[in-house]
Amino acid sequence: MYKKPLAVPFIVWIIAGTLIPLAVIAYYGLTDRSGAFTLANITAIMGAEHAKALWLALLLALVSTLICLILALPLALILKNSSFGKKGFMVFIFVLPMWMNFLLRTMAWQVLLERGGLINKAFTFIGLPNLQIINTPAAIILGMVYDFLPFMVLPIYNAMLKIGDDVVEAAYDLGAGKAKVFTSVILPLSVPGIASGITMVFVPALTTFVISNMLGGGKINLIGNIIEQEFTTTSNWNLGSGLSLVMMIFIVISMALLGKLDKNGEGTLI
Amino acid sequence: MASLIELKGIHKAFGDTVVLDDFDLTVAQNEFVTLLGPSGCGKTTTLRIVGGFEKPDEGRVYFEGQDITDVPPNKRHINTVFQKYALFPHMNVEQNIAFGLKISGKTDQYIRDKVKYALKLVNLDGFEQRRIESLSGGQQQRIAMARAIVNEPKALLLDEPLGALDLKLRQDMQYELIRLKNELGITFLYVTHDQEEALTMSDKVVVMNGGYIQQIGTPEEIYNEPQNAFVADFIGDSNIFDAVMLEDRLVKIGNTVFDCVDEGFGRNKPVDVMIRPEDILIGKPGQGRVDAVVTHNIFIGVYYEMEIEADGITWLAQNTTSYPVGTHVSIGVDPFNIQIMHKPKTREEEAIEIDV
Repeated sequence: MYKKPLAVPFIVWIIAGTLIPLAVIAYYGLTDRSGAFTLANITAIMGAEHAKALWLALLLALVSTLICLILALPLALILKNSSFGKKGFMVFIFVLPMWMNFLLRTMAWQVLLERGGLINKAFTFIGLPNLQIINTPAAIILGMVYDFLPFMVLPIYNAMLKIGDDVVEAAYDLGAGKAKVFTSVILPLSVPGIASGITMVFVPALTTFVISNMLGGGKINLIGNIIEQEFTTTSNWNLGSGLSLVMMIFIVISMALLGKLDKNGEGTLI
Repeated sequence: MASLIELKGIHKAFGDTVVLDDFDLTVAQNEFVTLLGPSGCGKTTTLRIVGGFEKPDEGRVYFEGQDITDVPPNKRHINTVFQKYALFPHMNVEQNIAFGLKISGKTDQYIRDKVKYALKLVNLDGFEQRRIESLSGGQQQRIAMARAIVNEPKALLLDEPLGALDLKLRQDMQYELIRLKNELGITFLYVTHDQEEALTMSDKVVVMNGGYIQQIGTPEEIYNEPQNAFVADFIGDSNIFDAVMLEDRLVKIGNTVFDCVDEGFGRNKPVDVMIRPEDILIGKPGQGRVDAVVTHNIFIGVYYEMEIEADGITWLAQNTTSYPVGTHVSIGVDPFNIQIMHKPKTREEEAIEIDV
């Protein structure tokens, strides 16, 4: 409660950027077009189409989070164990794609995966059957994993960096083999990083509409797409806001669960 | 005594920095051997090579006669107490101590009994369920000891385990370590830069500098008969003078000739002379070998530490009697308290090869 003048810009930011928009969303979500109070926009999530979109979004987000985790753990371990000079370079290489526009990266996959795209051309050339994964959930998962993997790797890598070499050596010293050292020392001590990695992959994966639009060919509707369409095509802001509120509840719940694991706030490091 | 650990011709370099060069060391069964030296002398590297955490560039490591140079640390019957204890922060005390026993597949009952016994041994009964971060440095240090010794290793490696503790605790722990060593009957290989620790606890002290062994001996030998100026200077307080060995049993320090007991250095040979400050006899002018004046005097507990100037040479003396600054005195030394040492000619010769 000291240095109050310094807090003013922050308070303005919170009010203008968070509280007011949130209030507006809540207002739209809890009213109908005439401005009368209703819960219809919230309960609309139970509708067959919406429930299916939410279920699919949850499923795809879960699967891509899991794939990211499986890829990120060994990757973070390799980064941690590589020599000092190499380490910086590898992290740099890894983070490099993040500096490229998100839309461009996703569009690139569109071009690569297309029926007559680069990958299929190459497959045809060496006599392999063509891949049919564009416009399927698999393509969306691929896009999510590609876009969000760094957000999983970096917090886990940060958590692993904090594990002292002597603790790892102590485990070897007491007779543990490589696998045992990983499962009983490195993995448990990486849990805060894993928790924030999961949050940072799962939440954007759950709400994305860009990836599913571009790689799902408009045929696969995730909850994010539905919300987006309510705001753009259908112009039903009330329904869109209502569904957004439901999404927020899901996100708050998952964050609260993961927050228990991430006591040290590794997520704040990137 | 049968040898337990043997290092032969070890060479180790990190990049361009040579840490150990043609290093030999034998540790006998049940010995308490201390590697003593300033930081960067290669003592920790030696310990890590025995533990298996570093591989020597050249040379072999033997354990009970077996070549273990290529054996990983988890397959060696050796346990280590690390400098910063390296306890597992996500486990409680019991889980930490039981870690090695679980891996070797001991029964739950055995593990419980053994953890209890180990905690008793380090005077921390009833600490099983405590969290690591709730323990003080000294307690963590004991848990690290307990975690290592429950596995009944043949040799225990200790890397400056008392370095982070305060003076009083450090002195208590020194007695604890001696007691543990005697109760358990295992070989201790101990690394420290603290000469007091080395002298108090060891059966054998290995003084190291610059990757070479300077002297190996019992604490008494190291203290009373240092073989070169480095050892004399590193262990305890000392006066080290350039001197000339006139003939057998006669040495000239400055312009004063002293009787000594050393022979075989030749005639008129330059040597280093070491005299401990407590061995300097202070008397009335004219009584000793040379007249002198007290130039500094401070009280440091049990005795007074004085600087005495005689004939252009400053002597450091310790005495329970205080001689105020400006007092005219004389100084003398009993012949057997004068330690004559060869001057090192080269770096190689600085590392006197000693077979034990």
